[in-house]
Amino acid sequence: MDSERVDKEILLDIKDLVVSVDNKEILHNVSLSIPAGETQVIFGPNGGGKTTLLMTIMGFPRYKVVSGKILFKGTDITDMPVDERARLGIGIMFQRPPVVRGVKTRDMVAACLKKENGEELIAELAGKANMSDFLSRDINHGFSGGEIKRSELLQLSAQSPNLVLLDEPESGVDLENISLIGSLINSLLGKVHPIRERTNSGLVITHTGHILNYINARTGYVMFEGKIICEGEPLDMLNTIKEKGYRECYKCLRN
Amino acid sequence: MPEKLNNTNLEKAKAAANKNASIGKDIELSKYVIDSAEKPKNIDPSALPAEDKEIMLSTGVMLDDPTQRSGTFIQMGNTPVHYSQKQDGIEVMAVSKAKEKYDWFGDYWWNAVSVDTDKYTAHVELNNADGYFIRALPGAKTVFPVQACLYLNKIGAVQDVHNIIIAEEGSELHIITGCTTSLHNEPGLHLGVSEFYIKKGAKVTFTMIHNWTPAMGVRPRTGIIIEDNGLLLNNYVIMKPVESLQQNPTANCIGENATARFNSILIAPPGSNMDIGSRVLLNGKGARTEMISRTITTGGNIIARGYIEGNAPDVKGHLECRGLILGDAGSIHAIPELKGNLAGIDLSHEAAVGKIAEEEVEYLMARGLTRDEATSTIVRGFLNVDIEGLPPLLNAELKKAIADSEEDMF
Ligand SMILES: Nc1ncnc2c1ncn2[C@@H]1O[C@H](COP(=O)(O)OP(=O)(O)OP(=O)(O)O)[C@@H](O)[C@H]1O
Ligand SMILES: [Mg+2]
Repeated sequence: MDSERVDKEILLDIKDLVVSVDNKEILHNVSLSIPAGETQVIFGPNGGGKTTLLMTIMGFPRYKVVSGKILFKGTDITDMPVDERARLGIGIMFQRPPVVRGVKTRDMVAACLKKENGEELIAELAGKANMSDFLSRDINHGFSGGEIKRSELLQLSAQSPNLVLLDEPESGVDLENISLIGSLINSLLGKVHPIRERTNSGLVITHTGHILNYINARTGYVMFEGKIICEGEPLDMLNTIKEKGYRECYKCLRN
Repeated sequence: MPEKLNNTNLEKAKAAANKNASIGKDIELSKYVIDSAEKPKNIDPSALPAEDKEIMLSTGVMLDDPTQRSGTFIQMGNTPVHYSQKQDGIEVMAVSKAKEKYDWFGDYWWNAVSVDTDKYTAHVELNNADGYFIRALPGAKTVFPVQACLYLNKIGAVQDVHNIIIAEEGSELHIITGCTTSLHNEPGLHLGVSEFYIKKGAKVTFTMIHNWTPAMGVRPRTGIIIEDNGLLLNNYVIMKPVESLQQNPTANCIGENATARFNSILIAPPGSNMDIGSRVLLNGKGARTEMISRTITTGGNIIARGYIEGNAPDVKGHLECRGLILGDAGSIHAIPELKGNLAGIDLSHEAAVGKIAEEEVEYLMARGLTRDEATSTIVRGFLNVDIEGLPPLLNAELKKAIADSEEDMF
């Protein structure tokens, strides 16, 4: 059936989403859709609502959907708890994850892996993220900014979500680490099913656009005051923003 | 033991027979019967009833396969029913036996704990309590831990115990003690005096698992004397309900660089009332202590105390007390105390009591764990204290005991 086919191709579909935090409306009628295998980028000034959108997609209870819908893999997940969304295939990279005392990085990676006897795989993934020495440390305890990023990506690589939500993955990362982080993200978004040639999708927030050198993104948005005000080719948009600031985007009419 | 000393102790005990303890709910001693029934001695521990052995095993006391132990002591009620030692240089016997055997015994009797501390210590003396005597000869090192079990198995009875532990110079002694009962919901009372003497350069690890039942009263009284470069590593675990338990063992670091470490894991289910602390007196130059406690209430009440007193130059002490309140009822009262009596000492503490941080739960849930899985992972982490210096075997057994009890918690 035609509609079923369409549902399968669109991995994430957000329709007229209105979201409030602590009784204050932050997002106003946000709509976007991400086809399976595509990565999209969000730009926008501070306080525009980018993080709010990602947190709402992941389903954290603080972010209340007032109206609108979120469909993932054709399922309405608007009211689904965060853990069910994770198991359905959504993963998020935390900007400031909490320290959980006594819970080791290895425990977290193992929890993400959801597999018995994954020791070898854990060691391999940790090696790739340059995190081998961190496996027996308490998660996030005393981690530097860049180490947190690698740890988050290590966990996501074990979780292997179909939709990866990344909030400023390159911020605060040094030049050497950015290529490591870029390649980790690239492999997260890469092909997971060699037979069906299907790839994962991503939604990435970036201010600098550095990450665009490592990922292949086809669609970009600008969020401003809780609305998506502009949509276009990410590198073009980035150049415009760099030259003329966000002012130019305010003029751009989406739809 | 000299007659005279004996008489003095007796006099002091009589005088203190009605002396209330400084802290803890008062327990009326006359409500309990004295278990004076003759019990067989020198039994074969593996021949004990399976139920008893299973209860003892839950406190780390292995009777069917004691190959991993350097010695075994079992006291039922007021009678040591078995003691044996398997390693040269390690002595395990009843204190009544040691009293006959050694003319110096009196030096170690009511020396680390005062007989007139309160009516509970007095009761132990007045009832001529027996208990274990565990001693490592100079330089001797236990390959495997010595195990001791104090077992209360008569309804409505009081168990009086008086233990002596001596680690002679340069020795190393590992002990696992299980205190438990066959009672279910019937009342019982455990009074246990333990005196530790850790000589120069000696090391003692003492791992005690308490496994009581909902109508038990428990009043241990412990004193530890640590000489130059001596080390005590004390691990205490209680995860099952107990009606009323109060203890506040005191380590007196009299020697230079004497070190005392206390790790406590306390879990109070509904109906439990625990007042548990540790006290360390840093009286020797450069003496050190570290106290770590992790407390969880799932409905019971916990008072978690810690007291460090610095009386000598260059001493250092740290106290860390963290409590988790799971569920709607129950309380945790952390009382960390530091007292410094001269300059140049370094004492610190940190204490935190609260519920599980929702932020942590959500972090784990975002990785696909259910709320329950996330909660139990965080709790397991909370209890996952890395105990420095504990031999791997003991560490594994301790972790296992904690893991077993965790299953009952949720
Ligand atoms: N609890 C709250 N109460 C009121 N306003 C809030 C609350 N939480 C967030 N906001 C507001 O929501 C708006 C959107 O915040 P959000 O973090 O989504 O922005 P952002 O686009 O990610 O910004 P940045 O680029 O600085 O990370 C901000 O104005 C913020 O102050
Ligand atoms: Mg943000």
